[in-house]
Amino acid sequence: MTTITRSLPKTSTPAVPLRRPKSTTGFWSWFTTVDHKKIGIMYGAIALLFFVIAGIEALLIRLQLAGPNGTVLTASQYNTLFTMHGTTMVFFVGMPMAVAFGNYFVPLQIGARDVAFPRINAFGFWVVLAGGTFMYSSFMLGGAPNGGWFGYTPLTSTPISGGALPGRGVDFWAVGLVLLGIGSTTSAINFIVTILNMRAPGMTLMRMPVFTWMMLVTAFLTLFAIPPLTAALIMVFFDRNFDTLFFVASKGGDPLLYQNLFWIFGHPEVYILILPGMGIVSEVLPVFSRKPLFGYSVVIFSGIAIGFLGWGVWVHHMFTTGLGPITITAFGLATMLIAIPTGVKIFNWLGTVYGGAVKLTTAMLFSLGFVAMFTLGGLSGVMHSIVPADTQQHDTYFVVAHFHYVLFGGLVFAIFSGFYYWWPKIFGHLLDERLGKLNFWVMLVGFNLTFFPMHFLGLTGMPRRTYRYPANMGWTGLNQIVSVGGFIVALATLIFVVNIIYSAIKRNPAGNDPWDGRSLEWSIPSPPPEYNFAQTPIVEARDDWWHHKYTEDEDGRLVALPAGGSDDDPPSAVIARANEHETAADGHGIHLPSPSFYPLVVAAGLPFLGYAAVFKNMWFLIPGLGLLLFGIYAWGLEPGTEEH
Amino acid sequence: MATVDTTPDGAPARLTPGDVVPVDSGGQAELAHGAHEQPTGLANAKLAMWLFLASDCLFFGAFITAYLLYRDRSVSGPTPQDLFNIPFTSVTSFILLMSSLAMVLALAAVQRGDYRRFRIWILATALFGATFVGGQIYEFTEFTRKGLNLDTNLFGSSFYVLTGLHGTHVIIGIVWLMSLWGMSMQGRLTQGDSERVEIAGLYWHFVDIVWIVIFTVIYLLPK
Repeated sequence: MTTITRSLPKTSTPAVPLRRPKSTTGFWSWFTTVDHKKIGIMYGAIALLFFVIAGIEALLIRLQLAGPNGTVLTASQYNTLFTMHGTTMVFFVGMPMAVAFGNYFVPLQIGARDVAFPRINAFGFWVVLAGGTFMYSSFMLGGAPNGGWFGYTPLTSTPISGGALPGRGVDFWAVGLVLLGIGSTTSAINFIVTILNMRAPGMTLMRMPVFTWMMLVTAFLTLFAIPPLTAALIMVFFDRNFDTLFFVASKGGDPLLYQNLFWIFGHPEVYILILPGMGIVSEVLPVFSRKPLFGYSVVIFSGIAIGFLGWGVWVHHMFTTGLGPITITAFGLATMLIAIPTGVKIFNWLGTVYGGAVKLTTAMLFSLGFVAMFTLGGLSGVMHSIVPADTQQHDTYFVVAHFHYVLFGGLVFAIFSGFYYWWPKIFGHLLDERLGKLNFWVMLVGFNLTFFPMHFLGLTGMPRRTYRYPANMGWTGLNQIVSVGGFIVALATLIFVVNIIYSAIKRNPAGNDPWDGRSLEWSIPSPPPEYNFAQTPIVEARDDWWHHKYTEDEDGRLVALPAGGSDDDPPSAVIARANEHETAADGHGIHLPSPSFYPLVVAAGLPFLGYAAVFKNMWFLIPGLGLLLFGIYAWGLEPGTEEH
Repeated sequence: MATVDTTPDGAPARLTPGDVVPVDSGGQAELAHGAHEQPTGLANAKLAMWLFLASDCLFFGAFITAYLLYRDRSVSGPTPQDLFNIPFTSVTSFILLMSSLAMVLALAAVQRGDYRRFRIWILATALFGATFVGGQIYEFTEFTRKGLNLDTNLFGSSFYVLTGLHGTHVIIGIVWLMSLWGMSMQGRLTQGDSERVEIAGLYWHFVDIVWIVIFTVIYLLPK
């Protein structure tokens, strides 16, 4: 038996210390909101901000490497910048951006009014923001992280007194990532429960939109990938600060334990980043080809297969560590195997576009760009499964080229596709298409200029993470092209920001369904009302909204259904119901979860605990534990939804 | 408005204004959404706790792996054979396992609305847990006196961090149980809130089960 809770009328003093916030509009409502759509927008905003920060870090790196013997940065500044570029892009851009789209669109796609745990959802966002702020505060508080985003031991685990790495940067990095892990885990749990438990009637698993499916797989990967990382970070922190010996080889410790734990997290993390992108592309391609996704169930099962196989390939990051021929053979084979479901998906996307009435909008261009660029990155990835080749390429720019093709050419292109595709739903107006297409082409050119030459640099031996190179290595010309390309990518991002502002001023209204979409989010107004669906939709088919609009005649041609047709025809009855969404109800009487202060209060306590750990100063514990305990207890006593 | 008769099986519950009263609707825990069954058949909060525990398995798994990897690899300092007092630890482990029994009885009591017995058993659970933690503190003190510290050898590092993290889990559990006890004393925890107790119970049983694994790995596996 399952229950919902509601409170009795109150005659005595309120149960909770702070007066419950009521407002759902205005500036301050953003701090107490539990609306999945607002939280999604906030995730997107900070991810975009961190994208710009990480981009500036990359540009500084490219300035330094634009010519031989660069003098823009010192070696230690360079270490800090590549560490923070990688850490930021993975943890504060890639993951939050996927969560942003997931937050906004998973409930809309499954026909729900909110996520399963609205307050935990808000908490997850504030923790990510707190973790990012905490980590970046290190720039002012004794040195930023400088041990690489992977933080290999014993470099990172040697105590400060041991002198391996200057500053407290690694402490900030380890504690910051533990905080972020709390946010990621809560958000993963929320996604899984929402997707499994909150689907509208008729929304069976095999009718769910592919983006929602991929968010489900991603959430499971996050749930199980974060704990090994947290464990590894705790060991590093203890080695640095409490003189434990986990990674001290002279005392019998094994630095490879760290590499194993890190990559048991790190490789699933790659799929945590790319699967949501694959989901976005699987939404965009069918809409702008006006065809259903080719081989829907194969795409789903390929995604699940990637989710499983992703756990069995981590050693391909460690082929040069001397683990023995049987181990590396097994992991080499597993790595080749994972190319199969990935390749299957690429053919599914091609099959979707093939023969379709293709409309080359900006969103479509970015999705097609994704398929092409991701395939290139996938091919160089398969090269790494061949152990001798990998050994040759290890720690060279070839690897940098490979993972930027999958993560920038893949993930970032998918994110931009998602921006152009869903922007009208989120903000009610379209992004300008002319600026958008300029944005795409400049980014495509800039991206390839930046990362394609890196293949050749890597094959001719240029090592990663080197802060300067001599003039006589023959790397100068290609490095100049790469640096120019980097600034072209920055220009493309600038065009996007200009487009956001320009489109907001122009306000070209989108209407409910500007792209003739297929999934439920297009059946409701743009931007959606707070309650999403005035009436809970009843789902009768995959691509349900499409079937509300179109049917096929005897020859299989598409025929638009007239809105509000006769009632004895089942599809028309569905149309009539769909129309009611917009007209019949104004959302009165729908009980939505009430805003709350406490997610923010609890999350605000965590950075203080982080400072207490980094500086070993117990005074920080007072505000930290104070906020944490006050927030948790007040949260526990506060009902999810206030009676009106 | 919610009235007393909406509690499951209609048993009269002592309710005061401001109480949270569960309503059997088959809907979502936090959101009045629709009156259809959850496809998983599990309430949202319970499913979430199961997922968290699955995640926590891997957390402990990493530290257990580290302990196993570093068994007998210490280059100096006391070994487990020098320090372990297996009869003593067996007794505290037994007490911890008995706390699970008390937890089951506490849940059963609150489910049938017997709040007095619920408070007795939930206190007993917390007390057994606290006894276990007390035993652990005694053990740590004893080992430190005999020369085993975090930085002595690999055994010290991996033993203290693994058992310390487990002890932290137990302490969090005790605080949780005591909070439930306090809520019950204030009349804020009624028969219909038994899901809250059940979820705390899931966590508590998990912590016990993890201890069975840790105890076996650390104390019982032959050299």
